[in-house]
This record gives sequence, structure tokens and C-alpha cells, in this order.
Amino acid sequence: MSDTLAQTQGRPPRGSRRGGGGRRRRGGERSMVPEAEFTSYYGRPIVKPSPWEADIPAYLFAGGLAAGSSLLAAGADLTGRPGLRRVGRVGALGALSFSMAALVHDLGRPSRFVNMLRVAKLTSPMSVGTWILSAYGPFAGAAAAAELVALLPADKRRGPLRLLELTGRPAGLVAAVFAPPVASYTAVLLSDTATPSWHEAYRELPFVFVGSAAAAASGLALIGAPTSETGPARRLAVGGALMELAMERRMEQSMGVTAEPLHAGRAGRLMRAARGLTLAGAAGAALSGRSRVLSALSGAALMAGSACIRFGVFEAGQASARDPKYTVVSQRQRMKREGPARHRPEDPEA
Amino acid sequence: MTSLFNEFDLWGPLDPAADAGYGKDKPKRKGFFTDTSICIGCKACEVACKEWNDVPADHFDMTATSYDNSHSLNSNQWRHVAFIEQPRRPAVDLGMPTTRPDDDLLGGLLAEGETGDGAPSDGVPDFRWLMSSDVCKHCTHAACLDVCPTGSLFRSEFGTVVVQDDICNGCGYCVPACPYGVIERRRGPEGSKNVGIAQKCTLCYDRLGAGQQPACSQACPTQSIQFGDVEELRERAERRVARLHEAGVMDARLYGNDPHDGVGGTGAFFLLLDEPEVYGFPPDPVVTTRDLPQMFRRASAAAVTLLAGAAVAFVGRRG
Ligand code: SF4
Ligand code: SF4
Ligand code: SF4
Repeated sequence: MSDTLAQTQGRPPRGSRRGGGGRRRRGGERSMVPEAEFTSYYGRPIVKPSPWEADIPAYLFAGGLAAGSSLLAAGADLTGRPGLRRVGRVGALGALSFSMAALVHDLGRPSRFVNMLRVAKLTSPMSVGTWILSAYGPFAGAAAAAELVALLPADKRRGPLRLLELTGRPAGLVAAVFAPPVASYTAVLLSDTATPSWHEAYRELPFVFVGSAAAAASGLALIGAPTSETGPARRLAVGGALMELAMERRMEQSMGVTAEPLHAGRAGRLMRAARGLTLAGAAGAALSGRSRVLSALSGAALMAGSACIRFGVFEAGQASARDPKYTVVSQRQRMKREGPARHRPEDPEA
Repeated sequence: MTSLFNEFDLWGPLDPAADAGYGKDKPKRKGFFTDTSICIGCKACEVACKEWNDVPADHFDMTATSYDNSHSLNSNQWRHVAFIEQPRRPAVDLGMPTTRPDDDLLGGLLAEGETGDGAPSDGVPDFRWLMSSDVCKHCTHAACLDVCPTGSLFRSEFGTVVVQDDICNGCGYCVPACPYGVIERRRGPEGSKNVGIAQKCTLCYDRLGAGQQPACSQACPTQSIQFGDVEELRERAERRVARLHEAGVMDARLYGNDPHDGVGGTGAFFLLLDEPEVYGFPPDPVVTTRDLPQMFRRASAAAVTLLAGAAVAFVGRRG
């Protein structure tokens, strides 16, 4: 679409492509301007796509999984469901370790993670997130350690080990308090960029991500915990999946033209897969009852759906940054709606 | 959440160096006014920048779409001269004089078509060249700086934005944060310094410190790149636009000079002869921190929802 001029004239783009955007200031021509035409510098990107690779969406997924698992573990602990508690605590630690490994792999070496702790900056979601994770991690770790100690035979659990076991509950509860921000800050991490499809999603993305975190963690519980204890996980799975799907739909409506990349190419395939898997998983979670096999299958579908939505949103953002259309057209449409961005619209010079 | 920030912390007009805590005796804010109407595309600025800042040469492959062989602003290209070959406007276009601006105003630089070979019989070339030397904007509200989790990017006493490559951890967050697509993590070439580290124009911080002007502005033979105090440059730019308008170049406009705009005005701003996107600029960039309080609110609401949802899941029937 963006190549309209060049295509209709049957030659490669020469000079800047001239579409509607360029002439909009002259009122009379506005009605003749087709929506998707725009001007750009030889079709080259305006904003830069992030240099991140699969590490980052994997990190987003695992962070959500860890957070949801800590919540399930704390609830299970308080309501006397030891099997669910164990899966939650150990799952949280496993997912957290995986997400840390992905982050460090992205950064190149572990010391660079430590480097991030040299400042605390409220304007940097990555800095805030690092601190949230640093607060959450040790407690999630202690809760998982207590769980592992509990697996030892009674006569080995003495002294410091016994102490560790006793700290399980408080540590698990503190982890559960830090867990929700772990699940939601990742949405701000993506939105606080100039990447069109991430930024424009900022209103709903946190809800999509926490829904997805709840679904993933419930999925893990459905796979690992005894079916007699998974009632809460099933309910959380259905709730999380419905929230994820509903908010994702709303998000696409509020994103304007930048919702397009969510439907195209690889991102589109991932998003469709996410919807299918999440729906199937939620239905399975609601209906599978005490069937071990069905529960595990639904759990796997929920986890896969959550992973797909992270990768889908990630890919859509990358695609939106590579195509200048999403920068130019979305800003032009906003200007048409609201006028140019002004700090004080009422200012005389404005 | 907003109360954590002062009114102008996230966007709006301010003196960035003063905001960053430099005292009264700090120098005035420095910047560039790039007047693209007199750029001849000689790329002396690109070369001078590379020479002075030891920026590696990289990917000099042809793009096959234009005469521009340096692609874009990136980690190995801190100044980038865009070459826009633009078909002549249709006759109905009111902006007609821009195809042949006043010879005297533009130093006769765009009038060659009159005598050149292949010029149409009416003496006016059927296209025009727009050239523009792009650079980091040194935004008043710099998204790159705001999001950097290590504090590697800092505000200098000149109000500019500089990367400290010994602190940057290569997280790459500044890259998608910049609304102008300037900063980038260096990918190569193999063996060059600072690979994996974010790189961009420093407005020749080392030269400013020594009382010199940046290499690019010094090298520019047409004074298309003018260096100086931002305040003074803004006035100069206003005068230049007014002159061009008087001369009938109605498409002349300033870009980035307005302290009330989405990034609080840029330290490096431009005089353009067409819409910003023609030059590869975003038409109306907004620093993402403007929406940050909203984002935090939404994320907090989502977090509370998750906590409540998990609690509700445990209420009721056992099983
Ligand atoms: S143009 Fe980009 S890199 Fe330069 S100061 Fe502004 S946000 Fe930072
Ligand atoms: S890549 Fe370096 S400069 Fe950029 S945000 Fe990360 S630490 Fe800061
Ligand atoms: S040195 Fe000056 S005239 Fe030459 S390309 Fe750069 S800005 Fe244009």
C-alpha cells in the first residue's frame, strides 16, 4: 500500500514517496487523500527496531509464569494444598531462573545485570523492573528452597535446613506480594518505547500480560499438581484466559493503524495461535475435571498460548518499527484528531 | 503516580542542563541549527564526524534506490546526509516557487538545471533535490536518556545527551525508545571498539569542553550546519524562515525548534522545505515519558487485578 505512487507509475520508488501525508495542511485536498498512503524517505524505517531477539519475549513469558506461580503457591499454602504449593514454588524458581538466563544472555554477561543496580530510575521501566525482580527473586527462591527441603526425609531436616523450611511460608507470601508487579511491569517495558505497536498498546497491554501470566501459571499447575488440588488453578486459568483475550481485542481497537502488524506475517500467525491455544486451554481447564491427561493437555495449551502472545506482541512491535508507515500514519492520524502534540495547548504561542 | 514527578519532568519546556542539576555557572545550552535549504550534499559533515570521533566505516554498499549510500543515522553514522530526489510538483500545487527558489537566497545552488543538459525547455528541472544532514536531536526530553537503566546516558552541562561507553551495558533499551531512530547498539565491524555498546552523536562533547565547535559544523562549507547557543539559533532560524517566506518559499518550516512540542524542543533542529517524513523524520514525535504516569497507573491496576483474581480463585469450593 505504501508504494502506491511508485507502483501505479510502474517504476521503482524514486525520491521520496508522496502520499496523503504530505499535503494535508492544504485543507481542500484532504477528502481525496486515501487513508494508507504516506510519504517516507525511500521507505526506510524512521524509528529503530529494538536489537532484542527471542531472549526478550522468552524472558517476558517466563517472568509472567514465575509471577503467576508464586501467587498460586501462596494461595495453595494458605488453603492447605501442598501439591499445588510445591508446583507453584518450584515452578516459580525454575521460570525465574530461566528468565534471568534469557536476560543475561541478551546482555552478554552477568556483570551487566549487576550494572543495572547502580542506579534506580523511575523513568526507566527496565530499571524499575530490575529492582522489582531483585526484591521478588530471593523470596521466590527461599520459598522454593523450603519446598525442596520438605522433600528430604524427616531425620535430615534439622538445624539450618529446618529453619529454611520454616521460612517457606513468609517467603512465599512476600514473593506473592511482589509477583503481580513482576507480571505487569513487562508491559510498561515494551510500551515505554517509540516502537509504534508497543507504545500504542500501553492502555491494555498490562492487562493482556497479567491475564497471560495467570493462564501460563495455571497451565503449569494443571500439568504438575494433583488434580484434586487444581480447582483454583482451573478458575484462575479461565479468568486469566478470558481477560487476556478480551483485553487483547480491546487493545487492537484502541491502537488504530498500529494494530495492523498484529495480524500480518509471523506476528499474525503467533497471535492467531495464541488465541486458539488459550481458548482451547481455558475450555479444557474448565471441563477436564479429574482427567489427568486432559488436564495436562489443557495446561500445555495454556502455557503455549501465553508464550505465543508474548512472541506475537514482540514480533508485531518489531515489524511496526521496520515500516515507516506505522510511525508516519499513526502520528498523522493523531495530529488530525488532536492537533500536534503541545505541552500547553492553551499557550498563546501554541 | 504523577506526584512522583514534577510538572516538567516528563515533558514540556525546560532548560535541560539546569534540570539535571548544573549550577548557575553552567554554559548556555548548545545545539545545531541545520538549514537544509543551503545544503549541497557534499557529506563533508559525515566525514568530519567519522574522522574526529573515530567512527568506523561500515556497510558502504549501494542501496539501489538512491544516491544515498550511507543509509541512515546509526551507530556507525552519527551524521547522515539524506538525498531526496523529488519529482516536480503538479501545477495545481501552490508551493510552486520551491522548485526554483530565489537564486540569490539559495546562492544559485539549485538553479543549475537551467543550463544543464537535459533540462526541459522551460528551463526548470523536472525534479528537485532536497538534501538534509541529520543528527541526534539532543532532545530536551530525551527518551533514550530517560529509559537507560544504567545511567550510561547523561545530560552534559551544555544540555546535550552523551553516552558513556564504559557504563553502557548494551541492554539496547535506548534504541527503540528514541522517537527519531538515532541511537543504536554497535554491531560491528569486527574488531572495532565499543561493539555491543550504544552509540550516537555526542555533539562533540570533547570539543565543546575545549571551547571548540563540533567537527561537522566546522567542516560544513555552506554553513548549512550552524552551531551555537540554542536560544540564539532559534531566533536566527525564525528570521531565516521569515526571509524564505517573503521570497515565496512557502514550504519552508522549522522542525524541532518549539519548546512546547512533543519532546520539549530539540537541541538540534532543522529548517525543512517539505513535510518532515519526506526527510525520514517522524511528523510529530512525542517523548514516551509523556505517557509514563498513565502507563504506571495501568500497570498498577493490572497488577492489583491479578492479585485479586488469584485470591478469588481460592475462594469457595474446595477441589
Ligand atoms: S534524538 Fe534520540 S538519541 Fe538523540 S537525544 Fe533524542 S531520544 Fe536521544
Ligand atoms: S544500551 Fe547502554 S545507553 Fe542504551 S539504555 Fe542500555 S545501558 Fe543505556
Ligand atoms: S557539510 Fe554542510 S553542505 Fe555538506 S552535506 Fe553536510 S550539511 Fe550539507
